[in-house]
Amino acid sequence: MKTADKTNFQWTHKHLLGLKDLSAQEIEFILDTAKGFEQISTRSIKKAPPLRGKVVVNLFFEDSTRTRTSFSLAANRLSADVVEFTMKTSSVSKGETLLDTARNLEAMGIDIVVIRHNAGGAPKLLSRSISACVVNAGDGYNEHPTQALLDCYTIRKQLGTLKGKKIAIVGDIAHSRVARSNIWAMTKLGAEVTLVGPPTLMPSAVDKLPVKISYSLDDIIGELDAINMLRIQFERMANNPFPSVREYSHYFGLTVDRMKKARPDMLVMHPGPINRGLEMESEVADGPNSVILDQVTNGIAVRMAVLYLVSQANQIVGQVKS
Amino acid sequence: MEIILDSQKISQIINTLVDQIAKSVSDSSQNPPAIIGIRSRGEILGQRLAKLLVQRLGCEVPCGVLDITLYRDDLNKAGGAFAEVRSTEIGFDINDKLLILVDDVLYTGRSTRAAMDALIDLGRPKAIRLAVLVERDGREFPIQADFAGHKIKLPPDKNVEVNFIESDGIDRVIVR
Repeated sequence: MKTADKTNFQWTHKHLLGLKDLSAQEIEFILDTAKGFEQISTRSIKKAPPLRGKVVVNLFFEDSTRTRTSFSLAANRLSADVVEFTMKTSSVSKGETLLDTARNLEAMGIDIVVIRHNAGGAPKLLSRSISACVVNAGDGYNEHPTQALLDCYTIRKQLGTLKGKKIAIVGDIAHSRVARSNIWAMTKLGAEVTLVGPPTLMPSAVDKLPVKISYSLDDIIGELDAINMLRIQFERMANNPFPSVREYSHYFGLTVDRMKKARPDMLVMHPGPINRGLEMESEVADGPNSVILDQVTNGIAVRMAVLYLVSQANQIVGQVKS
Repeated sequence: MEIILDSQKISQIINTLVDQIAKSVSDSSQNPPAIIGIRSRGEILGQRLAKLLVQRLGCEVPCGVLDITLYRDDLNKAGGAFAEVRSTEIGFDINDKLLILVDDVLYTGRSTRAAMDALIDLGRPKAIRLAVLVERDGREFPIQADFAGHKIKLPPDKNVEVNFIESDGIDRVIVR
C-alpha cells in the first residue's frame, strides 16, 4: 500500500492524561489531526471506520453532559462501540474501587477508557493499572486536556495561530482544571496568557505558572485577542470566596458595557455550562463575538483526533519501542 | 535506484492520460467529469490532469483531494506504521458525478479500495474511473486501472517512487 508522506514526527502516547507533559509539536499535531476529522461531522454519512471493532468506555464518576456526549459522538463517528458507565448506575455506589471497576471493565475487553473523576491523578493511576488506552476527561482540579485542546483549536481556526496572541482566562482559576490545561496548552503554543479573577479564586502557587496575573478585568480587556470566561463552580466552593454574586459580576462579569472596552474582534469563549448573568450576560454569550457554540462543535473533531491517536499509538507501541 | 521515467516521459504520459480521459467522456458533455486525487502524489497528478482537461474539454473540471487514511485496511494491524490523518477537501457535491480517481501508482489495489469506500461515504457518484501514472503488477484486489500510464513488472521487494516538482523538486519515477 502507498505510504503517506514521511514526516519526522510520530505520535507515541497511548494515553492522554494532561497537556503539561506534552510538547508544543505534539499539541499542534493533535490539532492538525483534528482538522482531518472535522469534515466527517458535516457530511451526510457522519461516520468513518478507523475504530471499528474497538470498545470505548465512558467512565464518568462526576456529572457531565457535554463532555460525555461529545466523547460518545466522537467515538461513534469513528465506528467504535461505546459503553456508558456513570456513577449513579454503576457498582461504584456499592463501594467498588476505581481500579476494581476498571479491571472488571477491562476483563470484558475494552480498548479505550475515557475517565472523569473528582480526584486529581485518577486517570494516571488507571493508566498504570490497565492495558487499555486512558483519556482524561477531567480529573479534580488537575487537568481537562480535551477542553483546552478544543479551545486552542477554536482560537487557531479563528485567528490562524496562538503565537503572540493575548488571551485572558477569567474567573475561578483555583477550582478550574480547564484553566490549568489551558495555561499549559496556550503558553506552549506561544500565547501570552493572563489570569484574571479575585485573589481568593487564584491558585496557591500561581507565581510558578508561566502566566501574568491581573485582578482587574477592565485594566486588560482592551488588549485581548480572546477571553475565556470560566464558570463559577458553586459545587466546588466550601466557603464563599466573594461577598456576593452581584459583586463578582460587577468586577469580573463579561457585560455588554464591558464589551465596549474590548477590541471589536475579541473572541468570547466559555467552556460551558454558562451561569447566564453571572460570569457573562446573555447578550454577550449569544453575541457576534461569541464562539461558544463553535467550541462545542470543534470539541467533537478534537476528541475524534485524540481517540484515534491513542488507539494508533497502542497499535504500534511494540514497533515504536524497538 | 533506477530512474524509469524522466520529466519528459512523465509529461508525455500525462498528455496521453488526458487524451484517453477526454475521449471517454466526450459524449457526456452534460455531466463533465471531476477529478479526485488521492493524497499526496495523486493530488498533484490530479491537479495537473484537471488543468489540462479544462483546456481539452472547454468546461470546468472540479478537482478535490481525498485522504484515505481512515479507510485503510492496515490501520488496526498490530505493529503497523503510524497513519497520519490529513483532511479530505472536496468542495463539490459528488452525487451523480463521473469521478476520475487519480493515484500515482497502482500496485496492490488496496489504496483504491480504501478510496472508493471513502468516496461512497461522501455520496453516490454516477461512476468512478481510475487513472494512474504507473501501473505495476502485484494486485491483491480485483481492481484495474481505466487509464494507466506506464506499465511495469517488478519483483515484490522493489518499490516504485514517484517524485513531482511540487512536492520533491523534480519530476521523475524511480525504482528502489
